[in-house]
Amino acid sequence: MSTEWLAEHLDDPNVVVAESDEDVLLYDTGHIPGAVKMDWHADLNDPVARDYVDGEGFAEMMSARGITPDTTIVFYGDNFNWWAAYALWVCSLFGHEDLRLLDGGRQKWVAEGRPMTTDAHGREPSHYPVLPRDDESIRAFKEDVLAHIGAKGRLVDVRSPGEYSGELTHMPDYPQEGALRGGHVPGAQNVPWKTAANDDGTFRDADELAEIYREGLGLADDEETIAYCRIGERSSHTWFVLRHLLGMENVRNYDGSWVEWGNAVRVPIERPDQPIRPPLD
Amino acid sequence: MPAELDEIVDLFAASPKGMRLELLLDYANRLPPLPDELASDRDRLEQVHECQTPFFVAAETNGDGVVLHFDAPPEAPTTRGYASVLAAGLSGAPAEEILAVPNDFYVSMGLGELISPLRLRGMGAILGTIKRLVVEDIEAAGDG
Repeated sequence: MSTEWLAEHLDDPNVVVAESDEDVLLYDTGHIPGAVKMDWHADLNDPVARDYVDGEGFAEMMSARGITPDTTIVFYGDNFNWWAAYALWVCSLFGHEDLRLLDGGRQKWVAEGRPMTTDAHGREPSHYPVLPRDDESIRAFKEDVLAHIGAKGRLVDVRSPGEYSGELTHMPDYPQEGALRGGHVPGAQNVPWKTAANDDGTFRDADELAEIYREGLGLADDEETIAYCRIGERSSHTWFVLRHLLGMENVRNYDGSWVEWGNAVRVPIERPDQPIRPPLD
Repeated sequence: MPAELDEIVDLFAASPKGMRLELLLDYANRLPPLPDELASDRDRLEQVHECQTPFFVAAETNGDGVVLHFDAPPEAPTTRGYASVLAAGLSGAPAEEILAVPNDFYVSMGLGELISPLRLRGMGAILGTIKRLVVEDIEAAGDG
């Protein structure tokens, strides 16, 4: 959705704007009028296990924001919409129908001098139903990735080139989110997430995206594809591009990503100029 | 641990969960801007590379106490909040008291449920940089 579209729909009672940021306080310093906050850590993750909230937790979270299953949710956030894409992906696990991303995110909205406020959203709570979470269609676990390697499925590693080669075991500037081993899942192709974005935070147009992912990588609609990064947020950005902007039906996000794979015992790892260890069967 | 920092930790811990982020935002809004002499002489600032946003700190010993200054952009309010807590809790404290602050002092503030553990460690990284600068200052003074 463009910033123009959203500006015209801010008063639409069926549209809820949701902000998801890297910085947990950013929403509170000012947000789009009427927007609710959806924090990836406090609202979407399970408080104990490394997993997402369950159906009850999701229903409670959505109800507190006055959202119903027929609400159109427009996500936006900082950092090129990483967490906004992540929140959209998590909501997709529960089958919420109408989910959109604000093209350009918080960055573009602010750059255009559009209104921001610290006022509360003032939405009345709703009764969102308890829905089952579907962990199969768009989510991949470590075991799925292992099977996927065996089947020679497509894998897209969206991290930086240094992380992909194994030279870095963390993302530049995020040294505290490391892994014990560097490299990538065998067979994965490296297309850093930012390849899909323009400098103003918007997505590249459909032709450019098709050239990068269809022609460049050889991804096709009928093939199973898995995207991963470090903890699943940058790959949510690429997942959105492949699934929603290019319309590929069979794309999953491996949210365990490198923080799981690079710390797991005896999973195969590939590094440039070295044989895959341990060798694949 | 300096009494001021102790009081801030207690204040956070005693606040209801829902108020703790608001309190951190209050601190973020109160972070003093860089004084002109530092803003025009940025070589005196040290970047904290563990932080995801450009974040700088200066720790200079002045008489009996250590003077702290911070610089973080407005779009990084959480980092500004951490800096402001440390500015209010440590500025002016003697070097040995700063060096004695436990590296995990922030754990008892009760922010763990609200901020992911990995992000929360930024607070420790800032304290670590301050301590390193204080030690370097002491060593430089010894050499002189």
